[in-house]
Amino acid sequence: MTLKSLAIAGAIAALGSAAWAEDVRIGMITTLSGGGAGLGIDVRDGFMLAIEQSGAENVEVIIEDDERAPEVAVRLSDEMIQADDVDIMTGIIWSNLAMAVVPSATAQGVFYISPNAGPSQLAGRGCHPLYFNVAWQNDALHEAAGAYANSAGYGNSFILAPNYPAGQDALTGYKRTYGGDLAGELFTDLGQTDYASEIAQIRASGADSVFFFLPGGMGIAFVKQYADSGVDLPLVGPAFSFDQGILQAVGADALGIVNTSQWNRDIDNATNAAFVESFVAAYDRLPSLYASQGFDAANLILSALESAHPDDEDAFRAALAAAEFDSTRGDFAFGSNQHPVQDIYVRRVIQEGDIFTNEIIGTALEDHGDVYAAECSY
Amino acid sequence: MTFILFAEQVLNGLQLGVMLFLMAAGLTLVFGVMGLINLAHGSLFMVGAFAAAAVAGATGSFLLALAAALAAAAAAGAIVEVVVIRRLYNRDHLDQVLATFALILIFSEGTRFIFGSFPLFLDTPDWLSGPVTLPGGIQYPIYRLALIVVGLVVALGLYLLITRTRLGIQIRAGENDREMIAALGVDISKLYTIVFALGAALAGLAGALVGAIQSVEVGMGEPILILAFVVIVIGGIGSIRGALVGAILVGLTDTLGGLLLPSFFRTFMEASAASAVGSGLASMSIYILMAVVLMLRPTGLFGAKA
Repeated sequence: MTLKSLAIAGAIAALGSAAWAEDVRIGMITTLSGGGAGLGIDVRDGFMLAIEQSGAENVEVIIEDDERAPEVAVRLSDEMIQADDVDIMTGIIWSNLAMAVVPSATAQGVFYISPNAGPSQLAGRGCHPLYFNVAWQNDALHEAAGAYANSAGYGNSFILAPNYPAGQDALTGYKRTYGGDLAGELFTDLGQTDYASEIAQIRASGADSVFFFLPGGMGIAFVKQYADSGVDLPLVGPAFSFDQGILQAVGADALGIVNTSQWNRDIDNATNAAFVESFVAAYDRLPSLYASQGFDAANLILSALESAHPDDEDAFRAALAAAEFDSTRGDFAFGSNQHPVQDIYVRRVIQEGDIFTNEIIGTALEDHGDVYAAECSY
Repeated sequence: MTFILFAEQVLNGLQLGVMLFLMAAGLTLVFGVMGLINLAHGSLFMVGAFAAAAVAGATGSFLLALAAALAAAAAAGAIVEVVVIRRLYNRDHLDQVLATFALILIFSEGTRFIFGSFPLFLDTPDWLSGPVTLPGGIQYPIYRLALIVVGLVVALGLYLLITRTRLGIQIRAGENDREMIAALGVDISKLYTIVFALGAALAGLAGALVGAIQSVEVGMGEPILILAFVVIVIGGIGSIRGALVGAILVGLTDTLGGLLLPSFFRTFMEASAASAVGSGLASMSIYILMAVVLMLRPTGLFGAKA
């Protein structure tokens, strides 16, 4: 370290601000157009809210749209790593895109902080010292749904999910904790919009409950069609079909449905209350769990930057792993594979005035990590 | 498998088929009369759904919403025809595909600009909500039955329009020989605009009807556009009758394939593997159907002889 940078670092430290002197570039590749854009926009808005609130002036965020297409995401990540020389990458929503981008990014020495996708491959054998997931391993919310199904006394579930990596993780996760029988198991097409055929099979199956993982627009279609079909078995699912962005589009058909989430806006801590209030003030809508994940991802990065620069790989990694930031979820820690160990809650869809939203009705799993951590060694 | 499950799936297949027909009819008309490949047809489907959601949100009336969908999609179709499409008739298909692909992007981002990125709410009206019990004890959503009826009524109306009216004669003449009907004094450019707006209105109607049971979001038109192309290739490009038969064939194949193939594999495989293999094969089934039809009849079931 030269005398000059020492002096600058000293000056900044004296001002009570962050202790790093060099600029940091963060590359965010996320889905901002086409189907599923609402998720990427929420992650981006939550992330940028935290960056703005920190007042950090030497953090530059480059944001690009992957259009939910793996080939676009790969091209953008190559550009960011080779041309823009980013230090940290983040933003990807979909597991198939994460599988296309993350291994090559980390292999080229770039930190990757996932604000959403948590495919099992990257949590187990494919784990990497530079890869952190701040949201969840894909299975977690589904494992919580299985645990809830046990406690609710369900013994014969019909389960369905789209046929892609996160869909397979979903059914695996549910079956891992769920103790009853399966009345049926279906894989649907990714992006499918008509579930009449699946609902007919549910009706004929003799099930006592239905577990489904259908994120975004797929969930809207399924819940509306299910409500219209006259099948009245209880539905259980992860929060992805009941996030704040899509609940208004589902409407009253979603009321009362139980779903599992690591976050909700009524989690009682000061960080979360401030986050919800400032998000509403900044964007004029309630935040979703995706927004909370973006917000937490940015705060994790900012907290680590206070003690190290990403160029100092070991120190920055240790600072990330310490997770010394105020999470909107309250308690937050990383497991040995750098995936979260956290509580997963049970929520129920309610109506407040004109707005459909969720309330927490219980805790499904406490301090929950993932089973793939055992397969991960650095 | 029970009779009830099978019957319900046949109804589902029919319902999917008639909605595909509404999309495919416009596509095949435009191709038959003007020789134009219109990739932006899915965007008109989306325009119909968004117009319906906006009007339903403002007025609470589903019928007004349907009227708005028809009007908005027809108007969008007419404007697009006059401003863009008209310049493409004499170009080759590659230029048409490029220009109409650009229209998809413009429509999608324009819709996002106006309505935002989050899905809109559009629900079935109260008087069409919930299930009815059909003879044989089949419980079926009344709204889907209504979709089947509407689709078949539209098909009948189109048939009468094409066979019994002056406009229909002009459309058929346009398919056979464009230069000749222009020479006979028919205002060909007005005819083209009308046909394009008619096709757009049908797509918009489908968008509004289907939007009520699915999610109204940007990009909703593209998946169904691909199916609509499969339908017109199977049915024979330019043939309305072919579009109806092709649509119902595709609807039934897709629905029954999704039911029968996984249970077939389950007879000799472990359940979750059977489900994965069966679902994979089921989503290929309509393309396999298309390949078989093209092998036996290269111009489609009702296509003109090449």
